[in-house]
Amino acid sequence: MTEVAGARELGREQLLDAYRTMRTIREFEERLHVEFATGEIPGFVHLYAGEEAIAAGVCAHLDEDDYIASTHRGHGHAIAKGCDVKAMMKEIYGKAEGLCHGKGGSMHIADLEKGMLGANGIVGGGPPLVCGAGLSAKVRGTRQVAVSFTGDGGSNQGTFLESLNLAAVWGLPCVFVVENNGYAEATSTNFSVRGLDIAKRADGFGIPGVVVDGHDFFAVHEAAGEAVERARNGGGPTLIECKVNRYYGHFEGDAQTYRAPNEVEEIRREKDCLMLFRRRVVSAGLVEEEELDRIDDEVRNLIDEAVEEAKAAPDPSPEELLTDVYVSYQG
Amino acid sequence: MARRITFMQAINEALRQEMERDETVVVFGEDNAGGAGAPGEDDAWGGVMGVTKGLYPSFPGRVLDTPISESAFIGAAAGAACSGLRPVAELMFVDFMGVCFDQIFNQAAKFRYMFGGKAKTPMVIRTMYGAGIRAASQHSQSLYPIFTHIPGLKVVVPSNPYDAKGLMIASIRDDDPVIFFENKVLYQMEGEVPEEPYAIPLGEAEYVREGEDVTIVAIGRMVSMAEQAAEALADEGIECEIIDPRTTSPLDTETVFESVENTGRLVVVDESNPRCSLAADICALVAQERFEDLKAAPKMVTAPHTPPPFSPALEDLYVPDPERIAAAVREVAGAGARA
Amino acid sequence: MPKWGLTMTEGTVVRWLVEEGAELESGDEVVEVESEKINNAVESPAAGVLRRRVAQEGEVVPVGGLLGVIADPSVPDPEIDAFIEEFRSTFVPEEEEAAGPEPQRTEVGGRSIQYLAMGEGEPPLVLVHGFGGDINIFVFNQQALASDRAVYALDLPGHGGSSKDVGRGDLGFFVAVVEGFMDTLGIERAHLAGHSMGGAVAASFALAHPERVASLVLVASAGLGEEINGEYIEGFIAANRRREMRDVLGMLFADPELVTRDLVNDVLAYKRLDGVEEALRTVAGSLFPGGRQARVLDLSGLEVPVLAIWGSEDRIVPAAHAGNLPDAAHVEILEGRGHMVHMEAAGEVNRLISRFVG
Repeated sequence: MTEVAGARELGREQLLDAYRTMRTIREFEERLHVEFATGEIPGFVHLYAGEEAIAAGVCAHLDEDDYIASTHRGHGHAIAKGCDVKAMMKEIYGKAEGLCHGKGGSMHIADLEKGMLGANGIVGGGPPLVCGAGLSAKVRGTRQVAVSFTGDGGSNQGTFLESLNLAAVWGLPCVFVVENNGYAEATSTNFSVRGLDIAKRADGFGIPGVVVDGHDFFAVHEAAGEAVERARNGGGPTLIECKVNRYYGHFEGDAQTYRAPNEVEEIRREKDCLMLFRRRVVSAGLVEEEELDRIDDEVRNLIDEAVEEAKAAPDPSPEELLTDVYVSYQG
Repeated sequence: MARRITFMQAINEALRQEMERDETVVVFGEDNAGGAGAPGEDDAWGGVMGVTKGLYPSFPGRVLDTPISESAFIGAAAGAACSGLRPVAELMFVDFMGVCFDQIFNQAAKFRYMFGGKAKTPMVIRTMYGAGIRAASQHSQSLYPIFTHIPGLKVVVPSNPYDAKGLMIASIRDDDPVIFFENKVLYQMEGEVPEEPYAIPLGEAEYVREGEDVTIVAIGRMVSMAEQAAEALADEGIECEIIDPRTTSPLDTETVFESVENTGRLVVVDESNPRCSLAADICALVAQERFEDLKAAPKMVTAPHTPPPFSPALEDLYVPDPERIAAAVREVAGAGARA
Repeated sequence: MPKWGLTMTEGTVVRWLVEEGAELESGDEVVEVESEKINNAVESPAAGVLRRRVAQEGEVVPVGGLLGVIADPSVPDPEIDAFIEEFRSTFVPEEEEAAGPEPQRTEVGGRSIQYLAMGEGEPPLVLVHGFGGDINIFVFNQQALASDRAVYALDLPGHGGSSKDVGRGDLGFFVAVVEGFMDTLGIERAHLAGHSMGGAVAASFALAHPERVASLVLVASAGLGEEINGEYIEGFIAANRRREMRDVLGMLFADPELVTRDLVNDVLAYKRLDGVEEALRTVAGSLFPGGRQARVLDLSGLEVPVLAIWGSEDRIVPAAHAGNLPDAAHVEILEGRGHMVHMEAAGEVNRLISRFVG
């Protein structure tokens, strides 16, 4: 997948992969929206539907040994980074065979083996971790990069700003992606973010900052490619602000009364990233509609299976309450 | 083999020997070298008290200075620990934990548990604690109880140079996040320290002094205070047994219980503030597990429920001293035997 | 109050073992004393009657201080009193860790070897400790034996203050170290006394270089039979915490109470040093694989005089192994003593060795 770093042209396979990634995220999230409403899913979920192009466009440039850190809205990043979909579903249902053995849930979904440093219940928790992974790559002399995904809300956290500075000071192979979906919980960026674009904060730290349309896979892919290449070549960090929209509430159960009526419908109609992607690749003759339809079907089946298996899967046993607090603990 | 060096030198030596042995060990913090970006000397400070002096020239690229951004670089320590390094990050004064506590207690401490056992976070945070140098309220606290409370963290509080070196080496080799508390007043304390590297297991208390009459559990610098008190009390015919837990998490309760079974009387000396202190924790554990062995109520000797004061006249009253400890021991020793 | 070891400055009187007025022979145990490192009994230095138990039970007495007075029954009481008065008024305790020989270092085969030399006189006696030990196990022996000859105790590689590199860790390796040690110090010929594994080393050395060995003393020695307490070996290697180590060390003595906390601490501090555990595993793997001794030595052809001393209650190497020695060997089994017989019955062992080496 790293062959495409910085390249503007994507081969057929890559296009199909990208579509599959986005479709998987979309179906995963839409299905969760339905299932959550039944009351069967414990705790909180925060759905990524609408933002798929960002996760897919960025992670297309990443290998398994690159690192990402995410937010509470982390399913999309986890899927794009290659985490197992069925294990993720089981985790969200709190089952023993979940990706984190049921110990983390939606907000802490992680797989270090896939370089996924975790969804994070703390807004702004990811950027410092990504500085750490970047430091690790630099000290060990590898070409790994570390990417953090933060929301517009999180971009106001001190940790985010400190991390931009630290990554710049230490020259770290990091990319800071801000997914600006216009709302931090129930508060609009019109209120909470001063300055024209969040990307402009990069200027303050002397690092490159770019704004891209987060509904456009290709725009994200191109910007991410440049940033990842820069990082791998020792050029230091980049800030990419993706302007996008989320379809669902901050959390499932949020009635989104702070949004205009029909706001979401209009976005789905005009700017849906999967629709835009399909239109573009089909009209350019790169891919056949049928191929994409087939992927749609395969993904739906996958998600159906994932939900079925998750519902039937066993709970963690009581002993697991006490396990894995430490590697070892002797007192 | 038994030369004398200071507490500070012992820690420096531990860091050096581990960095020599393992190239994934990195050291960073504010002014850990000092002079970064400045025209004068490199390694100008080696840490504000000089603990890390000399490491930067020996391990360039693995000793880094940081901007004043605790949340970023302590969080970076956690991220680096998950991705192949063994960082030793410095939180200069534990009083600064407020600006980076999330990274410690919500991130580093919980990765292993939240991620179902699939994460390993081998990091050490070195931090200074303790009153006595007139540094006032925001530079003199002893906040190890707060870290001890958090599942997923280990907390180390050495009381002497031999333990400082052995526990630092053990902490670096430990695969869990360890908070290593260095009492700033102890930095010049001298002791016999082997030249070779050695690791003292975490969770193993030390018998500092043996005695039949009263058990004193003392933490960090309070061990020295307890020793002085015990000398004076011996002349009065009261033989104290002093236990130094060395680590508050994990806590070697077995050794404390073993001692209390023998003496039946307990005094715990803890420089932190009294509510939810280690003193309260240890007394409660003993009361719960060894109530029948107690001949008198346990007694806690701690700082008062105040911030640390500035004026020397007041600060000298703040830290538990040998007289207060001896008074507590006399009370506990004199209390009537329970049937 | 005797001085046991280099760092002892005072001892605590635990228990008088005889009453005032008791008749004593030289070597009888008179009073139990506890020092930081070890508990032991002080033996009567002469024959006579114990006229006064001067130190009280529980009293802390500095090294050199007065414990008791032994005299002929004909000596009048006032004279005893006067003696005690004078002693008290003129006695000055030695300064901390006063002048005594300090350990030195030398190099053998590229490895640093720590050793302690005491006394004068040829041929010297070389003391070789056992598995996990060091020169300090001879704390009750070296000084006494040095009154008549030079006595050298060395820390074998992997032990004490010597280099932790043990090569193959087999008998051949240790024999070469002893040989190199003697060469480096210019010792052509010596009496060799070895404890436990050190006995096997000494015996192997004698077989390989009989012309360099004036006599051979084997104390609770390995190398004479197959059996060895594998649980002890494994336990010693594995123990990293106080409780475990205390239990393991208890196996060394007939009376486990002789294991003090300081002794446990010293052993733990040694074991914590980088490289020690690895060294011990290598040695145990070579010499005691699977809980049995890898080599049983045949001393039948040896022309060197041999003395074997064992405690009857030895739980590490069975005392019965002494029976495997050739008939010409002198064998002394001390009743009721354990593997550390040279500590548990120091006076007697010293006398036996002294008489034997002549």
